[in-house]
Parts: sequence; C-alpha cells; structure tokens
Amino acid sequence: MHEAPARWWGARLRDRIPSVRAPRWLAPAVFTASLVPFAYVVYALYSDIIGTTRFLGSNPITEAEHFTGEWTLRFLIFTLAITPLRQLTRWGWLIRYRRTFGLFTFFYAMVHWSTYLGVDMVFDLHDILHDLAKHPYIMVGMGAFLLLVPLAATSTKSSIRSLGGKRWNRLHQLVWATVTLGLIHFAWGVKKDIEDPLLFGAIFGGLAAWRGWTWVSERRARTVASVPAAVERERGQRVGAPQLGTGD
Amino acid sequence: MLIRKPNDIASSEITPESAYLDRRKFLGALGGMGLAAARVAAGTGTVGAAGAALVACDAEAAEPPEDKLTPYEDITTYNNFYEFGTDKSDPSENATHFVTKPWTVKVDGLVKRPADWHVEDFLKPYAAQEHVYRHRCVEAWSMVVPWLGFPIADVIRKVEPLPSAKFVEFTTLYDPKQMPGQRSGVLDWPYVEALRLDEAMHPLALFVVGLYGKVLPNQNGAPLRTVIPWKYGFKGCKSIVRMRFTDSQPVTTWNKAVPVEYGFYANVNPNVDHPRWTQSKERRIGEFRRRETLMFNGYADQVASLYAGMDLRTNF
Repeated sequence: MHEAPARWWGARLRDRIPSVRAPRWLAPAVFTASLVPFAYVVYALYSDIIGTTRFLGSNPITEAEHFTGEWTLRFLIFTLAITPLRQLTRWGWLIRYRRTFGLFTFFYAMVHWSTYLGVDMVFDLHDILHDLAKHPYIMVGMGAFLLLVPLAATSTKSSIRSLGGKRWNRLHQLVWATVTLGLIHFAWGVKKDIEDPLLFGAIFGGLAAWRGWTWVSERRARTVASVPAAVERERGQRVGAPQLGTGD
Repeated sequence: MLIRKPNDIASSEITPESAYLDRRKFLGALGGMGLAAARVAAGTGTVGAAGAALVACDAEAAEPPEDKLTPYEDITTYNNFYEFGTDKSDPSENATHFVTKPWTVKVDGLVKRPADWHVEDFLKPYAAQEHVYRHRCVEAWSMVVPWLGFPIADVIRKVEPLPSAKFVEFTTLYDPKQMPGQRSGVLDWPYVEALRLDEAMHPLALFVVGLYGKVLPNQNGAPLRTVIPWKYGFKGCKSIVRMRFTDSQPVTTWNKAVPVEYGFYANVNPNVDHPRWTQSKERRIGEFRRRETLMFNGYADQVASLYAGMDLRTNF
C-alpha cells in the first residue's frame, strides 16, 4: 500500500486512532444498506408508472435515470475513498469494502443503463442507435459503463492471483477513466445548471489529488531509502504472493 | 379513402359561458384535479370541429387516447422557471410568497400608445377564454394544458404599433429578493423573449392569466404570461412586466445563453435535433411510452404559412 509519508500533517491524528476490529455485523449491514437505493427506485418507479403516486415526481422515468446515475457516482466515491481512509486509520479490514463498493458501483451502473434501455427507450433499437450515433453524451456514458466491465470481471481473489498484483493494479487504474467519462456524461446531459456535476467533480478531484500526493511521496521515499532496503523490498515483491491490499 | 388526421385540439375553443361555468363547478367539485371531463376536439378545425367545443360537465367524456389533459398537480409542480431555482420542484416550493399585486405592465417602444398599466387595467378590455393547448418543452417532455387567456393580437391592435415595428419583446420581472434563482448566473437576468410581429398576431399566441379555470399559480408565471403553443416552452415569457415593440430582432435569453442550442424561432420540429438530444420524440407527462413529436407541435395547419420558404434548420 502506498504509504502516506511518515511525518505528514495527519500523522499525529493517525497515531491517535485506535486499532479497531470490524464488528461482525458490519459487512451484512453495508451490503443491505447499499441495496436500499435500488429497492427504493424500483418500488417508486413501478408505483409511479402503474399507479398514481409521484414518488419520483411528474416525470418518473427521467428522475429514475438521474437517481441511478447519481448513486453510481456516489458508490464510485465510496470505492475510491477506501484507500485514503485506510491510510488515515490503518484499518486493514477496510479493504474488502473497496470491492463491495466497487461492485455496487457496477451494479448501479447496470441499473442506470437498464433504466435507459428498457424503461426509457423500451428496447427500441433504432432510437437507441440514433441516440448513440448522434448524441455524444450517450456514447460517453456507454463508454464509462463498458470500462467498468473488466473491473467487475476481475474483482475476484483468483483474478488478482492470476494477473499478479502489479498488473491487476494497473488494470484497475481504469476506474479513473470511468470517473472522467462519467462526469462528462453527467455534465453533458444537464440543460444548463452544472452545479451538481461540478460538485461531484470537486469530490473526485480531491480523491485524485490525495492519490497523486501519496504516490509522489512514496516515490520520493523510495529514492531516498538505502539500496539494500530497496533490493530487499524488490525481492519481497517478486517472490511473495500478491496480497489483497498491496500496491493500490 | 378516409385520411386519418392526427388528433388535434381546436385552436381557440370558445366555450359558451354556461358550459364554462358548469365545468368550473365540476372542476371545483373534483378539487381541481385533472379529471376534467373536457373533451378535446378532434380533427383539424375544418368541418364540424369548430362547433366541437368543450363538452359541458355532465357528459362523461371519453377522452381520446391522445391529448388527455395533464393533471393540475403535474402542471403546477413540474416547472421550468429558473427565477425560482433550477429543479423542477423549485418553483412550486419557492414561489409561494411571490407578490403579484400590485403589478405593472409597461408597453413601450415603437408603439402609438406607450403606457405603464396596472395589470388589472391592462387586462380589463379582454375576455379570457379557455384554450386547451399542447405544451412542448425543449427538454423533450410535454403536457396538455387548459390555459385561460386571450390573443396577444387583441392587445397589439389596441396599443397600435408603428409601421416600423417588426418584433415584440417581453420581459420578466427582475427581483432577486423574491426570485432566489436570479441570484445565480445560470441565465442572464431578466428573462427576455420575443416574437416576430406576425407570430405575435397569430390567434394561437396568447396572453394567459389562468389555468384550469383558476388564477394562474405563481410557479406558472403569475400574474401574466405568454403561451406560444407551436414553439418550445421557453418561448413563453412568465410574470411579464414589459412589452416592447422594436424594429430589430431582440436578443432572447436562452439564445444568448447557448446560441447553438436555443434559437430565436424555437419552432417545435422533430427533424431538427437539439445538439445533445433528439427532438423526434417526447415524453407526454403521465404516459409510459414516448410519442412522436409533431411538426409545429401539431399546429402546422395553422402556423406553417408563417414560415413559408424559410430554412427551418438554419432558423431553428
């Protein structure tokens, strides 16, 4: 794991944080909580379309698309926030939630995509192809979604083993391409008020900046360290099995 | 051979006073919900349809599958009125304390009788009647709205524009204290819209003061707005404080904001897409499947002649 440098401003704070074990109910609770937005939108959309409710307002299909799109971005934020949180707290058990949230990001992207294809466009291939070809923001959205497919497919432990830690990590840097395309898709789809896309953009920018900073500090630390230590580390990386949590 | 014409709503439905009052009672009984038994006239306004005005309350009108009246709740809670915020629910939430009395309407520019009017005096000479129109937003959703109003032409004839006047421009109130959205720069305030004089003289173009037989709610543009049903909704100006006649084409707010996306004419046209989304289909609020968008929002028979010989793609 890229370490924050030993004497960074948060070091004192970090040293104060106790080493806590995850409670047993946390994983099922996180999983269940992550399903709540999905359950809500399915129920609300069904009720609004079949019945006379207005949970999602007067234009429920469009609202459902916004809702699922925003939750895709939110889960992307949660996913990318795990590592900074881990660096801050040194709670190693957080790592499993990176995969949980990553897969829920993919899940919500699927739901968003399905709402568009099936509910909005009612699988009208002609209309969909017209949209794809003539309206770039749809194409960009598709691109963002497709980039998540290899990430979801290689989310298992066996994938990490067969790819090797380094290659797996490089592949999963694709998530940043999804972030970029997702934000462009969002901004391009709003009529005029880009406040929300900008807000999401600022949050992702902050997460990216953190990553950039820890990566730079790690490189600096490496060049300063003595040669024997570097050799030792290199040997350890080649020989040892890639662990969950190395080299993110 | 029977040529099936698209179901249309006759342009100006002159409701006999008794039928209007009866229906108002009926609507009142239903709590103003959109279950009005108003029957929308079929056909394109030629034979017979002229008389097919709104059926009075007692008929349990079988509304045609197309063009059902949109419920009052949707019309008054799903709004684009950025002066009160950019979310669809913002205007109904933020306009509750908007003050519409006293209200002044200024008529000026190239006109024989420029004046500042109290809105009550401005409206006094004209009899508001119900006009059921399709309303098509540029965002590709639409509604069917029973507006209460009168032709802009009536006002134009009264104030007598000079021969040099070619355009009429409308301006919305500028009051950031009451209109929180005007504190943001999302649009260049105040909101300005305009029409060619012949467009404004067309009988379909209305000054509107009410909706479903009731006074226009604040979020819909109280106390006075325009409705141009063959154009995208943003061509309608809400909460009007000024009507100015001019000889040069005015700069309109959305056109100024994003010139490649919002034109001066903004005629509903399924063949000319918005740069970022299609205009060939629309979602009628309350319906599941999208519908085909109609040329000039289904009013082609009445308005196409205004644009004879014009390239509607360049003049979008």
